[in-house]
Amino acid sequence: MTIIAEYGTVLIALACIFGFFMAWGVGANDVANAMGTSVGSGALTIKQAIMIAIVFEFAGAYLAGGAVTATIRKGIIDPGILVGTPELLVFGMMASLLAAGVWLLVATHYGWPVSTTHSIVGAIVGFAAVGISVEAVAWGKVGSIVASWVVSPVIAGGLAFMLYRSVQKLIMDTADPFANAKKYVPLYSFLVGFVISMVTFTKGLKHIGLELSYGESAFYSIVAGVAVALLAKYLQRNITQSKEENVDFHFTSVEKVFGVLMMFTACAMAFAHGSNDVANAVGPLAAVVSIIGAGGEVAQKSSMPSWILLLGGGGIVAGLVMYGHKVIATVGTGITELTPSRGFAATLAAATTVVIASGTGLPISTTHTLVGAVLGVGIARGLGALNMQVVGTIFMSWIVTLPAGAGLAILFYFILKGIFGG
Amino acid sequence: MVANSSFMQMFAKSPVKPMQQHIEKAHACAMELIPFFEAVLAKDWQQAEVIQKRITTLEHEADTLKRGVRAHLPKSLFMPVPRTDLLELLRMQDRIANKAKDVAGIMLGRRMEVPDAIAELMLAHVTGAVAVSQQAVTALNELDELVATGFRGREVSVVEKMIDDLDQLEHEADVREKELRHAFFALEKELPPIDAMFLYKVIDWVGEVADRAQQVGSRLQLLLAR
Repeated sequence: MTIIAEYGTVLIALACIFGFFMAWGVGANDVANAMGTSVGSGALTIKQAIMIAIVFEFAGAYLAGGAVTATIRKGIIDPGILVGTPELLVFGMMASLLAAGVWLLVATHYGWPVSTTHSIVGAIVGFAAVGISVEAVAWGKVGSIVASWVVSPVIAGGLAFMLYRSVQKLIMDTADPFANAKKYVPLYSFLVGFVISMVTFTKGLKHIGLELSYGESAFYSIVAGVAVALLAKYLQRNITQSKEENVDFHFTSVEKVFGVLMMFTACAMAFAHGSNDVANAVGPLAAVVSIIGAGGEVAQKSSMPSWILLLGGGGIVAGLVMYGHKVIATVGTGITELTPSRGFAATLAAATTVVIASGTGLPISTTHTLVGAVLGVGIARGLGALNMQVVGTIFMSWIVTLPAGAGLAILFYFILKGIFGG
Repeated sequence: MVANSSFMQMFAKSPVKPMQQHIEKAHACAMELIPFFEAVLAKDWQQAEVIQKRITTLEHEADTLKRGVRAHLPKSLFMPVPRTDLLELLRMQDRIANKAKDVAGIMLGRRMEVPDAIAELMLAHVTGAVAVSQQAVTALNELDELVATGFRGREVSVVEKMIDDLDQLEHEADVREKELRHAFFALEKELPPIDAMFLYKVIDWVGEVADRAQQVGSRLQLLLAR
């Protein structure tokens, strides 16, 4: 108790720095995967992608990130065990932030595919199991999180498969693909608007004081979907097809129509990423702030101050602006095969999966979900070639990331404990 | 901080575009046979040599493209079509270029002259073979559309129709080849026997250009059938 009273301000300041560092890392690297598909498909310029990322990452974190933050903050560790020694939880959460941030930095430097989600969960479980006690970890919850890591790419893959098959059936495989693209793209846009707002309305808005019934949520989501559809119709009004551009690839004009749709799915993806990965980054910070703010109570019910999300969002934006555009440029220009129609199917499937996971409070990996979705398009025989070796590496990486995050967290935990005493 | 993103590396270079470039290059080789034969018929050996060099250069370029496709097709790729079928298709495409080069090479090397009596039929034979190879290019241009539609539905029928046309063109080329052989048989005794033998060989090889182009079509059909 005395440690918290004595060093409270210092600890909060440190935790803020670590949290910002972690969010910065997410912004500098992880966002690129989320936005790269949109830039790669030629639907967005890098500048547009960054603008969309800034706005929608932030909105996602603020509007739909609450449940994931809560899981990270108090779902993985059983707070009951720590009532007497809240400072241990403070050290642990700070150590986890630092561990995940450092691991992200190291891995990015060497070009290893890592997931922020896996590193932060690994870090928290690691410090709790070793630094406190094995019973301190809510293993049931951890089990369901790990299960969701397996399930989410599969679900995203299934969704992407169905979406791309529907594109093939309704648009590509018809007598007049261009006319059908114009007809169905607003419908797909409706889907984008509806899914995102439905999850936000049902799961996300409680903490800003907006309680909606299920029926109301559905109604407002339909309104939002229709609005997006109308916007799509408006944006695609000037797209025409010309014979010359379709000589080489007959669907060039069709893909231009899908470019409009891709803009919306890029927003959805940024929103989804914000709701899950930003929430990961600020979860431990929220835990530290709430414990210290309550004067050492391991509070269960305290609400999350919005400035924490602001800090997380700020860190992401800083990372994006400083490094993100370079990463998006490399990610984006490498993917020539990802036309807007394919990019849309993969991105929307991933975004939907991630947003639903965010709504249920499951921290999942956006990158892995997106990889699953891209494979789904591939299984629909819709992609020229996918490198399965790289896919294998990406999925293997989370097995490596867990012990690495845990090890670093344990190290930092004992260092912090040594510095501040405890 | 900016490193290679693994996510990006997941998207391997699609073989579709290089395959299309390759057959266009192979067809460019075959196409040169028309001006080449015109030069030979006019006994303009200087011009024939220029064109033969051009064919050789084009064939080298096709070889480079072929190697590029092969180098980018490791076993770990996940593609909408079997890798072996694709490589087989590539091999067939490449043989169009090879045969064209052989024809030009042997004719120039031996300064082979075509008797005036069969000059017109010879030129028709060459033009017919080039038309078959042109149709193979047209069919292969649909490969990216096939990938976009997942090798299903209308696009498959479109390509199947193209392959039917290809077979028809090859059949016509066969008929013309028979006519040419017949006409040449009538006057073969007037030529030195060795020259006559080699001219039969050339007729044969020009026919093979058409044959290879048709083979490209049948390999493409293998990709559709699944």
